[in-house]
Amino acid sequence: MARLIRTEKEVEGRYTEQWVVVEEDAAIDQWPAGPRETVGRPVPRVDGYERARGQALFTADVALPGMLHAAVLRSPYARARVRRLDLSRAREADWVLGAIGPDDCDALTLEPGFHGEPVAAVAVDSPGRAREALELIDVDWEELEPLLDPEEAVRRNELHEEPRRYERGDADAAFADADVVVEAEYRTQTVLHNPLETHQSVCRWEGDTLEVYISTQFIWGVRDDIAESLDLPPDRIRVICNFMGGGFGAKNGAHAQTFIAIALASQTGRPVRCALSRREENLATGNRNSTIQRLRAGARSDGTLVALEGEFVNAVGWKGWSGPTYGPMEMLYACENVRTLTYGAKLNLPPNAAFRAPGFVEGTFGLECLLDELAGRLELDPLELRARNHADRDLADDRPYSSKNLLECYRRAEPHWARRDAVRARSEGPWRRGVGLASQIWYGGGGPPSYAWVRIGSDGRATVITAMQDIGTGTRTAMAQIAAEELGLPLDRVRVSLGDSSRGPYASISAGSSTTPSMGPAVRAAAADAARQVIEIAAQRYHLEERLLTMQGGKVVSSDGGSWPLEEVTGLLEDAQILGKGARGPNPTGMRVLTFGIQVADVAVDVETGEVRVERIAAIHDVGRVINPLGAQSQVEGGIIQGVGHTLSEERLVDPASGIVLTQSLDAYKLPTIADVPEIVVELLDIPDEHLTNLGSKGLGEPPIVPTAAAIVNAIRDATGADVRSLPVSRDEMLRALREARERERAAAPA
Amino acid sequence: MDVVTSQTIGVEVNGTTYEREVEARRLLIHLLRDDLDLTGSHIGCDTGNCGACSVILDRTLVKSCMVLAIQADGASIETVEGLAGEEQLTPLQQAFSDHHALQCGYCTPGMLMSATALLRENPKPSDEEIAKAIQGNICRCTGYWNIFEAIKAASE
Repeated sequence: MARLIRTEKEVEGRYTEQWVVVEEDAAIDQWPAGPRETVGRPVPRVDGYERARGQALFTADVALPGMLHAAVLRSPYARARVRRLDLSRAREADWVLGAIGPDDCDALTLEPGFHGEPVAAVAVDSPGRAREALELIDVDWEELEPLLDPEEAVRRNELHEEPRRYERGDADAAFADADVVVEAEYRTQTVLHNPLETHQSVCRWEGDTLEVYISTQFIWGVRDDIAESLDLPPDRIRVICNFMGGGFGAKNGAHAQTFIAIALASQTGRPVRCALSRREENLATGNRNSTIQRLRAGARSDGTLVALEGEFVNAVGWKGWSGPTYGPMEMLYACENVRTLTYGAKLNLPPNAAFRAPGFVEGTFGLECLLDELAGRLELDPLELRARNHADRDLADDRPYSSKNLLECYRRAEPHWARRDAVRARSEGPWRRGVGLASQIWYGGGGPPSYAWVRIGSDGRATVITAMQDIGTGTRTAMAQIAAEELGLPLDRVRVSLGDSSRGPYASISAGSSTTPSMGPAVRAAAADAARQVIEIAAQRYHLEERLLTMQGGKVVSSDGGSWPLEEVTGLLEDAQILGKGARGPNPTGMRVLTFGIQVADVAVDVETGEVRVERIAAIHDVGRVINPLGAQSQVEGGIIQGVGHTLSEERLVDPASGIVLTQSLDAYKLPTIADVPEIVVELLDIPDEHLTNLGSKGLGEPPIVPTAAAIVNAIRDATGADVRSLPVSRDEMLRALREARERERAAAPA
Repeated sequence: MDVVTSQTIGVEVNGTTYEREVEARRLLIHLLRDDLDLTGSHIGCDTGNCGACSVILDRTLVKSCMVLAIQADGASIETVEGLAGEEQLTPLQQAFSDHHALQCGYCTPGMLMSATALLRENPKPSDEEIAKAIQGNICRCTGYWNIFEAIKAASE
């Protein structure tokens, strides 16, 4: 029987209450901790073969018969009004098959609010000529004065929402009583997601059904976006994404390119591809917005944090959302008195989008650098300071944690931290070396609704069916492992069919580190349901009691000695199949489900040139049970190298007068290459969260990027005594911080 | 004056000869992907930075977004689709699969071509030589270590 429950759902720290239907299934106990037959063991990708042969078909590779190619006319100004838009020359040209403006598509506008906002679009039958057709659109632009400075936006009250205010305890009184107070202003830059596959969609009408091939992190979200915008019944929209080339948070919805492709497909009656170029990608598909953080911490002389205060300005851009930059300050430490104030500035800059732990990457940089400045003032060991302020329960919501092993992470960090004398001793000439650390807190519990089916054929092979997406993280492999484990099958007898809203049940978004903890339990429940049916069939066929039977090693095994190959049992069905169904159960009531960790960075700084090299990062994270250690390690390394880019090289630059984005190509925007990669040591605690679902797994996509910047900057302070306060740590910023440190030293020296 | 805007060229790709009329401005990557339907090589940037379109042209590694199709007239080209026969992976491809040397896989074809070119020239590269060989290939997912490990394993 289906069971309707009301439960709390969390994605990236945004909680909502919603109804979900779960199957009335017998509770499934978690597996014991540690590696199983398949789960918890390093497994190569189940799709490694296709990917290594170049046969994985991405949205970029979809070519439909008769397909047209769209090009988008974008605003060359940060703020403008289109006095006149004339599509007639484009519409008259016989080689231009479609031309649309704001009257034809809501994703287009005559009042662009940022450089790159779409105004009009065309479709032609040759990909090479689509941009050429844009020359046939006549536009009379009126350029307007843009608002670009977030502080000015706060002064003018140009905000996306009311300022967010939070307070617990009495921060003023606590600061007055504190033995030591430190304060500093930190800034983080705007960074761009840059997945290697740009945003793209191919749309076509098949009868009354709209088919949308799209590079997305959320098949069902795309379906809902389109249904709502175009007032279509959702079941007439089919969304397909088999292989996708990365998203990092920027591909959570349908996005403008989909609506443009749909409008052009409707106008022309042909399939239409709308694929962004790299330059368009870096204008108009989102970013991690820059922040300004004015922070204050008060402590007793023994290191006990008594007060924290933060004022945060998120430079959100023209559209988007004001992220939880305040989150780490409110959640990371057992501090009774906390006050934060957060502004989301509305500016004539490209909209932000969630980017791998949005808000927490930025907020952790500020808070964890401030903690080290505090440790310096107190002459306390930074690791000890963090351990002394460990939170045993969540103070923001006054709830217990479902599981928390942060102190164990700190303990495992000790040997890495203890290397610092040896690392410092390797300083030579202008190169100064040091070690720094930073703590990590983030969400990652996932939640319902998420559903999966497991089908077993008469040949004894199983298929996991669910309309989720594998955004590159390896969830296809993890889901195959979970089903194989539950069914007692070797991994090569389990396939995973995903990526098509018309060929499987609803599945969760792949964002907020939620895919494994949301989908994994549903897949396990579906496999358990299928296994139960196999056992029922075997019990009847061989006249045995069900309770004696289990599935192991590709066989149905009886505890009294008999065993039958699975295909012998399922072979009874001939062409029929067994179908197991599973749902993700609710999250534990009244508990906070979070991920934790710590990173320890070794750096070398050339104090003459300001060059910074990250030489080693040790990453210790507590994310519950690990399904595939090989994939998990790769996730951590990938998160860290994105963090290194965020810390040292990546920055979207905007002309401060015009608001024009200057860093559009990968020539100008510096992504890390293998030359930038430090030695990385990954340690995952692999302790199942006993309160979280039938699996005990949390997500791992985001935690590894959260503490990296702060750990590196704290290592820079350890190496040089310089307080870096702004990201990226450019040569300018490094030399400024070194100069300031020298001046401070001179002023402190006896005359 | 007649302006020539297109030309018929002949290329051998993965052992098969193709003749196509191409516009003078057509890039090799577009010939491969759009005209020959060899979509393994990808476009990540179109400015020669990301390396997802890397192919081997007359035994030299090139970024096929930096080469005009007409410049490839008469050339012999290898793409990811030509690395292995049916149902087989080369030791390098197998190593990429075994070592999780890919996440989303979009950069993988270019990485494989860069590494293939390296191992042909230098079957026993040093760690530095491996790193240098894929410096022109961007991977946004993995953090590069597993790619490095895979190339190292294939060279042993």
